[in-house]
Amino acid sequence: MSGDASESGAPDADSRPLPGEQPGPDERDHPEGRRNLEGIRIDPVVEAEHESRRAVISALVEDEPGVLARVSGLVSRRQFNIESLTVGPTTVEGHSRITMVVEETDPGIDQIEKQMAKLKPVISVGEVAGDAVTSELVLLKVEADDPAAVQAVSEMYDGRTADAGPETITVELTGDKTDIDGAIRAFERFGIVEIARTGPTALARGDTPTAPGEKPGTAGEPTTHDD
Amino acid sequence: MSDTAAHTREDEPEGSTEPPAGADDGTPDADETPAAGPVSTGAESVVAALEAAGAKTAFGVQGGAIMPVYDALYDSSIRHVTMAHEQGAAHAADAYGVVAGEPGLCMATSGPGATNLVTGIADADMDSDALLALTGQVPTEFVGNDAFQETDTVGVTRPVTKHNYFAGGADTVGDTVGEAFELSRAGRPGPTLVDLPKDVTQDETDRTPGPAAPPAGTDPDPNADPDAVEEAARAIESADRPVCLFGGGVIKADASDEARTFARSYGIPVTTTMPGIGSFPEDDDLCLSWAGMHGTGYANLAITHTDCLIAVGTRFDDRLTGGIDTFAPEAEVIHVDIDPAEISKNVHADYPLIGDAGRVLDQLTAAVREAPDAEAWRDRCAEWKETYPLTYATPDDEPLKPQFVVEAFDEATDDDTIVTTGVGQHQMWASQFWSYSEPRTWVSSHGLGTMGYGVPAAVGARVAADTMGEADRDVVCFDGDGSFLMTMQELSVAVREELDITIAVLNNEYIGMVRQWQDAFYEGRHMASDYTWMPEFDKLAEAFGALGLRVDDYDEVAPAVEEALDYEGPAVVDFHVDPEENVLPMVPSGGANGKFAAAEDQL
Ligand SMILES: Cc1ncc(C[n+]2csc(CCOP(=O)(O)OP(=O)(O)O)c2C)c(N)n1
Ligand SMILES: [Mg+2]
Repeated sequence: MSGDASESGAPDADSRPLPGEQPGPDERDHPEGRRNLEGIRIDPVVEAEHESRRAVISALVEDEPGVLARVSGLVSRRQFNIESLTVGPTTVEGHSRITMVVEETDPGIDQIEKQMAKLKPVISVGEVAGDAVTSELVLLKVEADDPAAVQAVSEMYDGRTADAGPETITVELTGDKTDIDGAIRAFERFGIVEIARTGPTALARGDTPTAPGEKPGTAGEPTTHDD
Repeated sequence: MSDTAAHTREDEPEGSTEPPAGADDGTPDADETPAAGPVSTGAESVVAALEAAGAKTAFGVQGGAIMPVYDALYDSSIRHVTMAHEQGAAHAADAYGVVAGEPGLCMATSGPGATNLVTGIADADMDSDALLALTGQVPTEFVGNDAFQETDTVGVTRPVTKHNYFAGGADTVGDTVGEAFELSRAGRPGPTLVDLPKDVTQDETDRTPGPAAPPAGTDPDPNADPDAVEEAARAIESADRPVCLFGGGVIKADASDEARTFARSYGIPVTTTMPGIGSFPEDDDLCLSWAGMHGTGYANLAITHTDCLIAVGTRFDDRLTGGIDTFAPEAEVIHVDIDPAEISKNVHADYPLIGDAGRVLDQLTAAVREAPDAEAWRDRCAEWKETYPLTYATPDDEPLKPQFVVEAFDEATDDDTIVTTGVGQHQMWASQFWSYSEPRTWVSSHGLGTMGYGVPAAVGARVAADTMGEADRDVVCFDGDGSFLMTMQELSVAVREELDITIAVLNNEYIGMVRQWQDAFYEGRHMASDYTWMPEFDKLAEAFGALGLRVDDYDEVAPAVEEALDYEGPAVVDFHVDPEENVLPMVPSGGANGKFAAAEDQL
């Protein structure tokens, strides 16, 4: 900007190339490499695209006001694909377990875990090891035109009659997603009036902790690791 | 035996003065936090906790639900600056925090006071700035009844805070406030908020808040895994085209010295992100300035052609990366960040290093055995600098160019001058045509892009510099005409508090940035971007009691700059600049950084 002012006071022209004198995009070299949508460099030989999969995520949380709002707000704000979310007490007073079933790519699952871990009330969070024990409860209200047949189907799926009236019968069933989906199809022929499903909850098998670092706990004892 | 006991809980037994267990887990100065003095109410406990945590300044606006806290401030050492609008309070506190390197503090009443803070809180959230917001709330028994000036402040601010709290009682409110203050600066900084129902602050308590500490598990290990550091060091040694990318995290971690040592020790060219401006001196031969949408051509070429990107404290925002497919497409990425969730969020990290920027840069400096052989690469970067300099034309028959004004201020001021900005073209010119060399001198709204940030930020920056005993530093706000109109009422605060700030309005009588996009991408249809009438800002400034000047021509620039800077108090210079001037270079949204347009006709 130095230089003598002209009549209008404008400085002398810059001796360096002005924008219009600089080479355009077509006059430059460009690298050939690319990244995919997940920001991973694409290996021209093996192009690994991540497929989404179903994962069960378990979180131990402080049972404080707003914790569910924090978790569900996070899930919706970051557009995580979530199938279900359940919450309930643990062996420790003041702690709850949140179980989420998500449908995401591996990097997506990783993000969910890391973003959840940043929430202050979240004590520990992780994916439940592959062969987790998962189960969900469903209440099915069907029309009571043929009570004996309803009873038979219910027995086939280890169901329990929770309520029986002249118009409707309510059956209670538990099982994993495929069991329940199968049962619902079987009951469809009676005419399903209403359904309430809890969504799955889960524990890891054997002595594997369900949330990372979680200790085997008997009622009242803290179930978390020591940091 | 468990860390869970360390979480400060609202239901802790009364009278417990045990520090949270997190306090002695290696937090360096937790023990130095002085104990708070005696208190008699919840509000006094709030103020005692703030004083004990080291808060010196608060920015806010009074109101019914927060009155008990203000009353307790009456006898406090904390200086309170009454702002014209709560948004201004949040931005001022944010900028205060950026300049002072400690959490900013803002206060507002319930309902509209709290909602007015939200933009500033969201701004701090996007830029990871340490900020504590205290909001009044209706008494607990009215909460949920739609009482007068009741807003679910915790609900409204949940997505834009690092964490927020609803104070549970007079006995614990001081601890909660102390924890929120410390949490805002622990690990990756961010805003926190404590909602204070009036009964909680009014109730009696004699319980002095304990020493403040962040909740357990929120103050992460500053060192990266040594094995991972070794692997990254090998990648750096064998790189042909290494480049550093220093982000805002370098500045927040006060790691500029470590960053300089690292890059200079191994001759690695440096780019920064916009929030990282000042982490590395822009006049250094190694420095390529900042990369991204309006970054320099040479920075964008360097991050496009690098084979080893050493990214520190950046979250790879889309304004930086452009299209992900073409971002540093041939680079192995070493990503240093304190927040594990940033690793591989947008750009896959080949070498993730989780830790504090300064500590990890020290680890890397120690682990690299020999400098990469990058002589040819440095030459190439230097050539790019020659080919694509930041320049602008100044034809005699065109109006005053805004870039000239920025350069004139840069020349007339010292390196420690603090620059704040609004959002738009003027913000880009202020970042491009000013040569930054020190951290915490560039104070802007990056992630949220909040028009109106500039004036309240200048107020906060000035108060911070004065509080730090640096009254001789200049504070210059480059504002747009549109941005200025959004928060110029804070000029009243600058006049009242006798704050020496200079506001340079780069007045193009346009929503300039929008006009530029309309010309480039909407066939020049200037829908709602042309201010067909603008107030006379020099006269408006005079009406506020500030110095007001107007400049139309090049030869008036230097005298006006001098007069404004010399004036002891707030000065506004209304620079009428070329409404047609565009910000260049430019990478169109989602485009390839290496294909930036150097001139309009390349778009
Ligand atoms: C609060 C807010 N509203 C709208 C926008 C969208 N926006 C981005 S830049 C811009 C124009 C700003 O005008 P001005 O302050 O005069 O700056 P200029 O681009 O003309 O320098 C607008 C409206 C924004 N960033 N922030
Ligand atoms: Mg404008």
